[in-house]
Amino acid sequence: MFKIMQYSFFDLMRSRWSYSYFGFFFLFTSALLWLSGDIAKVVISLLNVILILCPLIATMFGVMYYYNSREFTELLLAQPVKRIAIFWGQFLGLGFSLSLSLLLGIGIPFLAYGLLASMEIWHFSILLFNGVVLSFIFAGLSFLIALRYENRIRGFGLAILVWLFFAVLYDGFFLLLVMHFREYPLEKVALAATLLNPIDLSRILVLLQLDVSALMGYTGAVLQRFFGSGLGSILTLTSLVVWTTLPLLAIRWVAERKDF
Amino acid sequence: MIHQNSPLAQKIVLISMILCCSGGWAGAQKTWVVCPDCPTPQIRQAITLAAPGDRIEIQTGDYHETNLVIDKPLHLQGIGQPVLHGETGNEIMIIASDSVRIEGLHFQSVPRSHLKDLAALRVQRKQHFIIRDNTFDDTFFAIYLEHAQYGEIENNRITGRAVTENSSGNGIHAWYCENLCIANNQVARHRDGIYLEFVNNSDITGNYSTGNIRYGLHFMFSNDNQYEHNTFRDNGAGVAVMFSKRINMRSNLFDHNWGRSSYGLLLKEIYDAEITENLFSNNTIAIHLEGAGRISYQHNTLERNGWAVRISGGCVENRFSDNKFLHNTMDVVLNGRMNDNSLAGNYWSEYTGYDLNHDGRGDIPFRPVKLFSYVISQAPESILLLRSLFIDLLNFSEKVNPAFTPADLTDPSPLMQAL
Repeated sequence: MFKIMQYSFFDLMRSRWSYSYFGFFFLFTSALLWLSGDIAKVVISLLNVILILCPLIATMFGVMYYYNSREFTELLLAQPVKRIAIFWGQFLGLGFSLSLSLLLGIGIPFLAYGLLASMEIWHFSILLFNGVVLSFIFAGLSFLIALRYENRIRGFGLAILVWLFFAVLYDGFFLLLVMHFREYPLEKVALAATLLNPIDLSRILVLLQLDVSALMGYTGAVLQRFFGSGLGSILTLTSLVVWTTLPLLAIRWVAERKDF
Repeated sequence: MIHQNSPLAQKIVLISMILCCSGGWAGAQKTWVVCPDCPTPQIRQAITLAAPGDRIEIQTGDYHETNLVIDKPLHLQGIGQPVLHGETGNEIMIIASDSVRIEGLHFQSVPRSHLKDLAALRVQRKQHFIIRDNTFDDTFFAIYLEHAQYGEIENNRITGRAVTENSSGNGIHAWYCENLCIANNQVARHRDGIYLEFVNNSDITGNYSTGNIRYGLHFMFSNDNQYEHNTFRDNGAGVAVMFSKRINMRSNLFDHNWGRSSYGLLLKEIYDAEITENLFSNNTIAIHLEGAGRISYQHNTLERNGWAVRISGGCVENRFSDNKFLHNTMDVVLNGRMNDNSLAGNYWSEYTGYDLNHDGRGDIPFRPVKLFSYVISQAPESILLLRSLFIDLLNFSEKVNPAFTPADLTDPSPLMQAL
């Protein structure tokens, strides 16, 4: 599995996509830092970009990579290698290369700007951690979709839909729910709904660390108490871990039953 | 400004009257020196010995005397900040005479009491006092004025140790007072930095109020006052004006009053006020209105606040014009109807309209209420969606085609350039 991961990783690191992904984050972060000059504000600006782009790129890239390396995969399948090792290896290679582009692209400008000397390093780490986790989650989901659907158009369509659902539609349903049941105390429901969507969860984790959490009023106070508590941290981590492992298990389930 | 000068003039008249009556000019002003090694080592002795109008010089040192009652017109001058220590259950100094002047003393530690409002320095029903250049450290209530008139409180440094609202006192506490001038004081870490209840015709100028757990400056039932050039930073709420009339607020800085229920300026049941040329930056809610009426807001700058203006019920005739709204998370939130409040001719950093006839005014009205702020006022839990992509889309579509936000809440003539 690690051999295959290595192959995928280095293969991907050489591709134009990785460079442009890295380049985008590098330029964007540098521009923000030099224009605004306030690390705390840049973290907020980056938040939205990371929350939207990381899942989107991971999804698109995952689907694309799977379809493009199909011949290679078929070649590997003919070898005496465990099936699951091939797919998990490719998935990990993809995840690590995406994370590396992200970490370097955002990390280098911040380090150059003097992040270590500022107090924002904790917020910054949380931001990056969320970006990495989101990359892995959505890379896994996209692999699963690509594996499930031979038809590329359908695969792409579904992958985009999944991204759209978590990034946009979920919040719409959430809003409908909150508006419809506004007569009731909804803090607990809202919490649960947050835990169920990795993008929302990441966003709130970062926001609660930042100054803007004061805007969240009573709901924010409930959240902060929850996420600050032991149970809250465990549940958050569990949710993220579940979101990462669920696609992996599903990949295994599909891969082992699939007739190539 | 007139009444700032008048106390002095009246004081001079008063002192000369006292001097004349107490045996003519023979006993001209005498100076008594108090120091640990002097013939009068105690302040109390000096007060007893001194004749009205005398000056008492208190040299550097520690003085453990409490309940010092100043019952004649005296001028107490500290040399090198002598320290007056308080003790449990007692106040340090009580002004019980007109025309008393207290300068350059250091009041240290009045332990808190749950039964009485103990103060380091209390003024009881007297006039024409001057309290200047003193330091108050860890005193429960620092300066407590009751039924006092024509007083000047200037240039004092007041630092408390407030932790909770219930167990702390106010920095400068005034109750039933008239014609006070509170200027250039630094008040920190009390319950309210400056508290005014039934105080009329007073000036609060150039003070720096910070880290107070409730309000930096608090008006209750106080009319015809003005405050200018003050700074309110990191308080529970910068300034709270409640049940008051005709308050003039000018050129103050409300900065970083930031927290779950923090306000820059909290207006509640206040009428006929003028709020001009203030700067509100980084407050959770810059201005919160509740039952506020006939107030004009002009030439204020509101930047980087969570909510710039939040209007609750019962507000009428609030007129916002020539203000700058810069980069606030939400510019205006309205609970209920617009009534006859108006926003006209302000500069909004979010405005994206055009000005074809070049009159400096945008041609299409600006709608400061975003759909999201409307949604939040309906269902507070939806604040969880703050900064989500969906909300940005929603705000955008509402901006293009307004359907939910109040139609009458617009700025019909937004400025194109910030003044």
